[in-house]
Amino acid sequence: MATLSTHSATVAHVEEHDHHEPQSFWRTYIFSEDHKTIAKQYLITGILWSIIGISLSVMFRLQLGFPNMKLEFLRPILGGWINEAGKLDQDFYLALVTMHGTIMVFFVLTAGLSGTFSNFLIPLQVGARDMASGFLNMLSYWFFFLAGAIMFVSLFIETGPAAGGWVIYPPLSALPQAHKGSELGMTLWLVSMALFIVSQLLGGINYITTVINLRTRGMSFSKLPLTIWAFFLTAVLGLISFPVLLSAALLLIFDRSFGTSFYLSEIYIKGEALPNVGGSPILFQHLFWFLGHPEVYIVLLPALGMTSEIIATNARKPIFGYRAMIASMMGIAFLAFIVWAHHMFVTGMNPFLGSVFMFLTLIIAVPSAVKAFNYITTLWRGNIRFTPAMLFSIGLVSFFISGGLTGIILGNSALDIQLHDTYFVVAHFHLVMGAASAFGLLAGVYHWFPKMFGRMMNEKLGYIHFWLTFIGIYLVFFPMHYIGIAGFPRRYYAFTSYDFTKNIFADMNSFISLAAIFSFAAQWIFIYNFVHSMFRGKKAPQNPWKSNTLEWTAPIEPGHGNWPGEIPAVYRWPYDYSKPGAKDDFIPQNVPYSQTPESNLPHENELISLEKEIEAQNLNDQFKQPH
Amino acid sequence: MSELVNNISIIEEPEETLSMNPRKFILWLFIVSIVMLFAAMTSAYLVRRAEGNWLEYEIPVVFSYSSVVLLISSLTMHWAYTSAKKDNFSSLKTAITITFALGIVFLYMQFQGWVELVKLKVFFVGNPAGSFMYIFTGLHAFHLISGLTVLVFALVASFRLRIHAKSLNQIEIAATYWHFLDILWLYLFFFLVYFH
Repeated sequence: MATLSTHSATVAHVEEHDHHEPQSFWRTYIFSEDHKTIAKQYLITGILWSIIGISLSVMFRLQLGFPNMKLEFLRPILGGWINEAGKLDQDFYLALVTMHGTIMVFFVLTAGLSGTFSNFLIPLQVGARDMASGFLNMLSYWFFFLAGAIMFVSLFIETGPAAGGWVIYPPLSALPQAHKGSELGMTLWLVSMALFIVSQLLGGINYITTVINLRTRGMSFSKLPLTIWAFFLTAVLGLISFPVLLSAALLLIFDRSFGTSFYLSEIYIKGEALPNVGGSPILFQHLFWFLGHPEVYIVLLPALGMTSEIIATNARKPIFGYRAMIASMMGIAFLAFIVWAHHMFVTGMNPFLGSVFMFLTLIIAVPSAVKAFNYITTLWRGNIRFTPAMLFSIGLVSFFISGGLTGIILGNSALDIQLHDTYFVVAHFHLVMGAASAFGLLAGVYHWFPKMFGRMMNEKLGYIHFWLTFIGIYLVFFPMHYIGIAGFPRRYYAFTSYDFTKNIFADMNSFISLAAIFSFAAQWIFIYNFVHSMFRGKKAPQNPWKSNTLEWTAPIEPGHGNWPGEIPAVYRWPYDYSKPGAKDDFIPQNVPYSQTPESNLPHENELISLEKEIEAQNLNDQFKQPH
Repeated sequence: MSELVNNISIIEEPEETLSMNPRKFILWLFIVSIVMLFAAMTSAYLVRRAEGNWLEYEIPVVFSYSSVVLLISSLTMHWAYTSAKKDNFSSLKTAITITFALGIVFLYMQFQGWVELVKLKVFFVGNPAGSFMYIFTGLHAFHLISGLTVLVFALVASFRLRIHAKSLNQIEIAATYWHFLDILWLYLFFFLVYFH
C-alpha cells in the first residue's frame, strides 16, 4: 500500500512539473513568492542597511573620539549638518544615534537576520516545498522594503530624521516642537515602524505555520534541528510582542497628530503651557519595553540557533544537551516577557517591584549559562574544523559570555542607579546582542552561502575578516565598560564641557573611535568576498560541510519546490556526527536505521520496525494540493 | 547525552504532522496578534486608570444595543455555516447577506455611539478616559471592516455557488474571524462597563 501511494505521488509530481511554466523576470526576481529568493532579498537589503547603519556610528564616533576635529570632509555627504565651524550639528548627532540604533536593531538584526535565515532554512530544513503562504511571505518582504524606503527618505529631510533615541520616549517624541528630530522625522519613523511591524507579523505567522504544519514525514519536533527551534520561538516572540509595540506607536501617533493625552501631562514648552492633561509618559515605557525586551531575544535567538547547528557540524560531534538547548530557549523566550521593567529601574518605580524584576532578570542567567556550557561542551574534544562559519560561531559564544556577564551586573536594581544610561549599558548590549547576533548572521552567511548561491566563499578572506572583526569588536567595546563605570552618560554630544568628564578618558574615547573605524573597514573584506564569490566563487559540492540536515539533500541550487520528486522522509535526529562504528563521521537525517546496522545502538534497531510506518505517512506535499 | 535523547525518542511513535489547513492556521495566529494588540491597549487603560485623574462618564446605551446586533450577526453567521454544510444554498445566501447587513448596522450604531459621546462632552482629545473609549471602539471597528471584507469574498463565493459541503474552507475562515470579532467586542464592552 505504501509503495503504491508513493508511486502515485511521484507521478502526480512529475505531471505537475511538466506544467510549470517559466515565470517572467519580475515574478522570478522581484515579486517572487519563492522562499529562497525572498531570503536573498532580505539578506541583500539587510547588508545594505548594515552599511548605512554602521557608517552612521562611525560618524558619531568621530565626534566622540575627536571632539576638536574639523569634519569638513563629511560635508559632501552631510551637507548643512556640518556647521560653519566645521563641526557636526548637535541636533544631527542625536539623529545619528537614533538612526544607528533603529536601523541596526530592526532592519539589520531583525529583518536581515531572521528574515533571511528563517525564510531560507525553515522550508529546507523541515522538508517543505515552500512557506505556508508564498503570497504573504512576499508581502512581508515588500512591507519591509516600504518601511525601509520611508526610513531612508527620513534621513534626507530638512529637519532631519527622528532623534529621540531608538526607544522614542515621549514627551520628547510626542511634541513636534520639542526638538528638530521630533518633527517630520519622527512621523516618518512611526509610519515606517508601523509598516515594519506588519511585515514582521506576516513573516512570523508564516514561519510558525510552516514549522507546525509542513514538516515532512518523520520530522517530529524532537528531530527538528535547533535552528528551526530557534526560528520558531523567535517567531512566537515576535507574534506576541510586536502588536504591543504597534499599540504603543498608535497611541503615540494620536498624541502627536490628534492632540490626545495618553503620554502627555501638564507640560510647559518654550514658556507656553500645553492643553494636555492626564497622560503618563511611563505608560509608554511599559508598552515599549514589553516589546523591547523580547526584541533582544528576537535578535539573539536565531543567531544562537544557527550557532548550535554550525558548532555541532564543525566539531563533528552531536550537540551537547539537545533537549536542554530547547528547554533553555523556551525558558529564555518565556522570561523575556516578564522582565521588561528592568529597563525602568530609575523611573521612580516602587523598589519592591524593582527587586521582583531584578530577581526575574537574574534568572535568565540560568538558561543562558546552560546554552553557553553546552556550546563549550560540544566543542570539548571535538574534531574541530575551523571554517570561517565555525570561527564566527565560536566568536559568538565568546561575545555571549563576556556580554552576558555584565548583564548580571546591570540586572541589579541597586547597581543600575550608577550604571543606568551610561556607556556600560552600551558596551553590554553591543556585545551580547549586537556583536553576538551580527556574528551569528555572518556565520550563517558563510555556512549557507553554498546552498544560497551554489558557490563557495573564499576561506582565506573569511579568516582575515573574522580575526580583524573579532579583535576590532573587543577593542571597541571592552574599554567602553570603563568609561561607563566612570559615569559617562550615553547619547551626549561631547564630554569636553562637564567637570566630571572634562579631562579624563579622552584618549580612550579616541582609541575606541579608531577601533570602530578599523572594524568597519574590515567589513569591506566580507562585502568583497560576498559579491565576488556570488559570481566567481568555486562551485559548491553537494554537501560541503558534511552536514546532516535536510537542506543538503536538495539539489546544489534548489529549484522551485526544493526537491525534484518526493520530499525525503526523516528517520533520525540531525546530530549523528562521529557515531561509533559508522562508515562516515556523519549520517544525514534521511538515512534510515535499517541502512546503518553497523552503528545502531540497541534501541535504534527497534526503531527499524517503525520505518515502514513513517514511509506510509501522508506526504504532506503542499504543491499537490490545489492552490 | 545522545543516549538519553534517543532513549526518550524511543517511546515516541511516529506521528503524522499536524495537517490543519495552513490558511486556517494562519488565521488563528493572526487572531493571536490581534488579541495581543487589544491586550496591550486594555492593560494600558488599567495602568493609566490606576494613576487617578480619571474622567467618569456614563457609557451611551447605544453600545449595548450594538452588542446585541453583533451577537445576532454571529448567530446568523453560524446559520450560514450550517446551511453550507447541508448544501442548503438559499438559506446560505440569506444568512450570509443578513450577517453582512448586521455588520453594517453595527458599524453605524458604533458611529452613533460616538455622536452620543460627543453630546456627553466626552471627546477624543482630552482626558485619556475618553480617548481610550474612542480608541477601543475605533480599532475594533477597523478590524470589523476587515471582517466585512473577508465576508464579502465569502458572500460573492456563495452567490456563485462556490461554497458547498465539500468546499467549506472559505466560509469556515470567514465564520471563525467573525465570531472572534464578536467575542472581541463583547470583551471590550464588558471591560469598558466594568472599568469605566
